[in-house]
Amino acid sequence: MQHLIENITILTAAPVINLGLLIDGILIGAIFALAAYGLALVWGVMNVKNLAQGDFIMTGGYIAWSLGRHGIQPLFGVPLAFVLLWGIGYVIYYLVVRKVITRDLFTSLLATFGIAICLQQTLNLIFGPDTQSAQADLPTWQFADGLISIAATRLIGFALAVILAIAVVLFMKNSRMGQAIRATAQDARAARVLGIEPEKVYAFTFSLNAAICGAVGALVVLVWNVQPFLGTTYSIRLFVIVTAAGVGNLPGVIAAGFGMGVFEQFGGFLFGAEFQQALIVILLLGVLTFRILQLRRFRQAVQ
Amino acid sequence: MNRNTLALIGITVLGLIAPFLLPQYSNEIAVMWLMIVFASTWDVLGGQMGYNSLGNIVFFGAGMYISAIVQIGLYYDVAMYTSGARTTHIVFTHAQYFTGFTLGVFAAGIGAAILAVLAGFILFGLRGPYFAIGTLGLAIAAAEIVASWTYVGAASGVSMPVFPGGPEAQKLYFYFLLFALALGTLVFLRWLYATKFGLALNAIRDDEQKAEAMGLQTKQYKRFAWALSAIPLGISGAVFGNMTGFIDPREIAFPTTTFNIFMVLMVLLGGKGTLWGPVIGAVLFHVIKEVTWTYFLGWQYIALGLLIVITVVYFPQGIVGWLTENYPNVFGERPKDERNSVKAPVLESAE
Amino acid sequence: MSEAILELTGVSKTYGGVRANTNVSLNVPRGSITGLIGPNGSGKTTLFNSIVGYHPIDAGSIRFEGQEISNLHVQEIARLGLLRTFQTTRIYGKMNCMQNMLISLPHRRAGLLDMFSRQHDEAAEKAEHLLAFVGLYEKRWLRSGSLSFGQQKLLEFAMALMNEPTVLLLDEPTAGINPTLINGLLDRLRRANTEFGITLFIIEHNMRVIMSMASTIYCLAHGEMLAAGTPNEVQNDRRVIDAYLGVH
Repeated sequence: MQHLIENITILTAAPVINLGLLIDGILIGAIFALAAYGLALVWGVMNVKNLAQGDFIMTGGYIAWSLGRHGIQPLFGVPLAFVLLWGIGYVIYYLVVRKVITRDLFTSLLATFGIAICLQQTLNLIFGPDTQSAQADLPTWQFADGLISIAATRLIGFALAVILAIAVVLFMKNSRMGQAIRATAQDARAARVLGIEPEKVYAFTFSLNAAICGAVGALVVLVWNVQPFLGTTYSIRLFVIVTAAGVGNLPGVIAAGFGMGVFEQFGGFLFGAEFQQALIVILLLGVLTFRILQLRRFRQAVQ
Repeated sequence: MNRNTLALIGITVLGLIAPFLLPQYSNEIAVMWLMIVFASTWDVLGGQMGYNSLGNIVFFGAGMYISAIVQIGLYYDVAMYTSGARTTHIVFTHAQYFTGFTLGVFAAGIGAAILAVLAGFILFGLRGPYFAIGTLGLAIAAAEIVASWTYVGAASGVSMPVFPGGPEAQKLYFYFLLFALALGTLVFLRWLYATKFGLALNAIRDDEQKAEAMGLQTKQYKRFAWALSAIPLGISGAVFGNMTGFIDPREIAFPTTTFNIFMVLMVLLGGKGTLWGPVIGAVLFHVIKEVTWTYFLGWQYIALGLLIVITVVYFPQGIVGWLTENYPNVFGERPKDERNSVKAPVLESAE
Repeated sequence: MSEAILELTGVSKTYGGVRANTNVSLNVPRGSITGLIGPNGSGKTTLFNSIVGYHPIDAGSIRFEGQEISNLHVQEIARLGLLRTFQTTRIYGKMNCMQNMLISLPHRRAGLLDMFSRQHDEAAEKAEHLLAFVGLYEKRWLRSGSLSFGQQKLLEFAMALMNEPTVLLLDEPTAGINPTLINGLLDRLRRANTEFGITLFIIEHNMRVIMSMASTIYCLAHGEMLAAGTPNEVQNDRRVIDAYLGVH
């Protein structure tokens, strides 16, 4: 509690720090927003709430980190992780997800949770339980007498996230597969009648999401850190973002992603890094409670 | 005599003689009883009422800590006891230990029930996967909050009062406590599932909106069901905490990735929504786990994850479900005897 | 004309931009069979949903036995004696028919503790009696989910009767029923009305059915009350015929 008050005092005494936190929040928020978009995509198209999302991200992170350990610039991990996770995602879809799509929602949740556990423990076995991060060896710029520092890595991460996001959105709008995905999301049966095979769409969507997570993971290991069991925290974080914004509301999801980034920067500063997980679950319960109260006016429950 | 009663008697007999037949496995069998409590209480909400909780562990941990606070707090200042500054070794007398423990167990049960009602106020506005994730969040939140609560030693945990009696007596004492708890829970649930309340829970599971439309007080029943299932969990937490002698928030009280998930997996394995499904699932899971754990060495959690996926995808009806489907004559439901108390008027049957 | 047991005054409800009901007023006389007709999309089911408390209404008043119920929840309204059956026929699929019936006992004055008392034989007798009434006595131990659609509809009806309602709202009770069996169903509906004294308020598309059963009929179109009166009056009302575009 005392630390909290001290930290609040620092923020009010040196307003410039607020700006620094804001900038950091936005830079990281872009990464959250991208991963949340992937989660919302799978959720909206296949009605699968992927609890392994965070673990896909960690896997991508470790791929990039391994590159760094072998002396290769970790930034190349972004496209590499994208491709590798696409493959992993496809395999997981084929073996597990496609069998649970038609069942009730708890079944698919539990299945992805099982996958999450497998991934976490595999990463733990291969890479050990220590937290890791990768260095891109790029400069850091200082502003305002060192009170604000912006790492070039973070800027590049932000830029890459934005580029990838734009690429995905354009793809969804203009390509045939993108249109097929949107059609299937609206009405799978009707899409089938029109010659679209929902199974192919689902496989593509799930793989795409995994690939996005892989790229995100590579960015995360550069600007932040990875650890085998950090995946669950990410999954919950992204779930909060999508729930707060609403699954169909993609611009809202992106905005909420940025909001989450900023929230976490300020939260981490005020409360300390060890409260990261606590803050996220409290935020989760807060968002869910808000949704409940919102729907109560219409006498509905949160389905 | 009814099949269920026969089974219960069989279990009672086996449970009573087990620690004397296989004394070297006494602790493992004791944990098996704990698993049965876990599975049966989870199924009250999960299988009978249709609300899949991924956070029931919160009652286990709460009971554990409540009991610890009571047991220690009756005689010493808890904050002092749990702080690293304590240098003297504290011993509890016979009277102190057992009074504290008894009161602790009571408090744990009541505390868990109250916690369930409060949690229900917040979380029962959620359905399906939202409820699952919400309860998971609750469990993680509990672990994190307790881990930063210095009054109970924060993340370093609490050394529980030492059992006044030799290790042999301790083994037997806790074995029979867990055995009695498991048996009591089964007997209670058997009675519960035969009442109208049990039917109401099933109605909520099958179609909650229909139940509301028929005037059932679903909110009240849901909270009550969760509170009822939380009581054995809380008590088991208190007992287990004393059995292990040391408790901490993330590994022992609120282990969200082990015990918490085992609850779900065991019921899935055995069969949701039946009295014996959770029991069979718990026994099978526990035995297999104990036998193979050492062989898997490092891979055991991956095996756990795979087991979850395989069960969910390929075997969702569980053992009891599979048996009922394939051998309905033996395992199916037997209808009650025909009673000619009502002269059925001759109307054409609705074919 | 007996007094109104259900009174709607100026009820309006907008659903996601669509004005489902606009200023609807009607009276359902106690002990009567009253009909609600109208082409698809005219807001009939929305009106039912509003009456039973499924959602709040935007404007107007709904009075049941003189009491305002538009601010009450579904369970409270059901416990007052106003029940509905669903267009999609909802029952408790994993339980057998007898259990479906037993859990449909009225809970008007039942407290929580009553749920733990032993099941009384009278309840089982009543359940069997009602199942026999709808012709499902032989099937009473079958899992309700395994019944045919028509049988499930009858079970839902029996469950509603078990609950001893004062008013029963039926949403398309003959939809999906084999035409040869409709007469049997109508017979039971009439008996529920005359023998058990239950007021029936029925949404129907089958004109033959509703014209022969109801004493008063209301017709909705585009969310508004179009016409009201005896079956004869409504049948010959130009506006009603136009609303249906000559179909039926």
